[in-house]
Amino acid sequence: MSVLSEARAAPPAAETLTVVPARHPWRWVGAAAVLVLVAQFAHGLVTNPGWDWGTFAGYFFERSVMQALLITVELTFAGAVLGFLGGIVLAPMRLSRNPVLRSVSWTYIWVFRSVPLIVQLLFWANLGYLYDSLQIGVPFGPGLVHFATNSLVSSLGAALIGLALHEAAYAAEIVRAGIISVDQRQLEAAAALGIPRLRQFRRILLPQAMRAILPSAANELVNLLKSTSVVYVLAIGELFYQVQVVYGRNGRVVPLLLVATVWYVILTAVLSVFQHYVERHFSRGWRK
Amino acid sequence: MTKPLTMVEIRGVHKSFGSLEVLQGIDLTIEKGSVTVILGPSGSGKSTLLRTINHLEKVDRGHVRVDGELIGYRQDGDRLYELHERHVLKQRAGIGFVFQTFNLFPHLTVLENVTEALLRRPRAEAKQRALDLLDRVGLADKAAAYPRQLSGGQQQRVAIARALALDPKLVLFDEPTSALDPELVGEVLDVMRDLARAGTTMIVVTHEIGFAREAADSIVFLDGGRILEHGPPAQVLDSPVHDRTRAFLSKVLS
Repeated sequence: MSVLSEARAAPPAAETLTVVPARHPWRWVGAAAVLVLVAQFAHGLVTNPGWDWGTFAGYFFERSVMQALLITVELTFAGAVLGFLGGIVLAPMRLSRNPVLRSVSWTYIWVFRSVPLIVQLLFWANLGYLYDSLQIGVPFGPGLVHFATNSLVSSLGAALIGLALHEAAYAAEIVRAGIISVDQRQLEAAAALGIPRLRQFRRILLPQAMRAILPSAANELVNLLKSTSVVYVLAIGELFYQVQVVYGRNGRVVPLLLVATVWYVILTAVLSVFQHYVERHFSRGWRK
Repeated sequence: MTKPLTMVEIRGVHKSFGSLEVLQGIDLTIEKGSVTVILGPSGSGKSTLLRTINHLEKVDRGHVRVDGELIGYRQDGDRLYELHERHVLKQRAGIGFVFQTFNLFPHLTVLENVTEALLRRPRAEAKQRALDLLDRVGLADKAAAYPRQLSGGQQQRVAIARALALDPKLVLFDEPTSALDPELVGEVLDVMRDLARAGTTMIVVTHEIGFAREAADSIVFLDGGRILEHGPPAQVLDSPVHDRTRAFLSKVLS
């Protein structure tokens, strides 16, 4: 009561009041602790001879590493393109009113998400044990063209088939998530305007679905980039296989693993920058 | 079969959602150049009836003709064959539809929203047509804006311009002002009044009794999936025959 009457007795002029922000001393303590840990790690990177930066630098741009890097990029690119083409077919199938298409798509996604990539790759590489020749012809009838399986499916071919089929199952779910995120009334509005089905999908549905598709798709692409290291089991000279070959020869395990690691980090950074610009393109109309 | 002055002919239309029969035998004839307002409590089947006219909703029994053309079906003797979707889409191009929630395409500009349906016209011609229509609804200066940057009333006016793009013979309005803030209702009704004066055949589901009284040629009162009243505004609004109509009107007018 007395406090109130005191305040009323001497009302301070509003414009003379100063705002004092709250102090946060613990933020400074936390920041200092984290910085000490970071400094220790950085010191170790420089002083610990185990990192062997000389060997790292010697192999970082070495010719066999560059060739391996190219194969990694090619496998990622081809796997992503084939995988997402598969996904764009499988996702509408799973949302279709046709029960046969729906079940086939559901089963495909179930099977290819269930089988570990490494197991699937080994199956493809050993296709010749199951079918020693492949033929094109009338279903259940006479064959017209014959191939020897092992000459048709090389180990690189097996790797690509494996990655693409595996990727298609995940891409299908990502595309489906995008499609169902679009308000159904958008398609109703397009239908009321008499816009043909394919154009509804391409002009109205897909551009809006892309907003939900892109973050997950970029995630999947980064995942795929690193999954290409699994194809080392087929003795394909991609990045991870190649550094293993080198350290198998010279025994410098840590610096060569570091060569592969830094390249994976750089490629992921490039993909992230690319993702930023593609996402910005599809946010048209949502930005203020 | 259909008189030349008839725009819409609805005969014996029934429609159920599961066990709920939303339309229980609707017969209605709408003349060319007329404005018809459909009133009724929520759940009475107003929107469903409107949506059967451009086949956004399939009917279970009965049929709808627009300008003499059977909608959604092809008649052969005493059988109706369901049309393939691409034929239905072509029929819909002649019927404009304005939604309660506007349903503009958010990733396209206002201009692109209006030109989207004009896919068979040369680009320059489509653009000019869209600009003329935007001018007609008073939004030519917003052509480059995105729907999200407009108020609800402006979005609905763009939606009306979009519905008019294909020069429809009939425009259907499904509660066009129900999602708007009260102060924005007037601008949309003004555009609709202009259309009515220009002789556009319109069917409007709405709760705006003032608009019905002044712009409608006839009013249909729907309750429980049946037409209870049908007549000029003065008759339906001032001396309704049914108690249900009186009860409804006293609620919306109070």
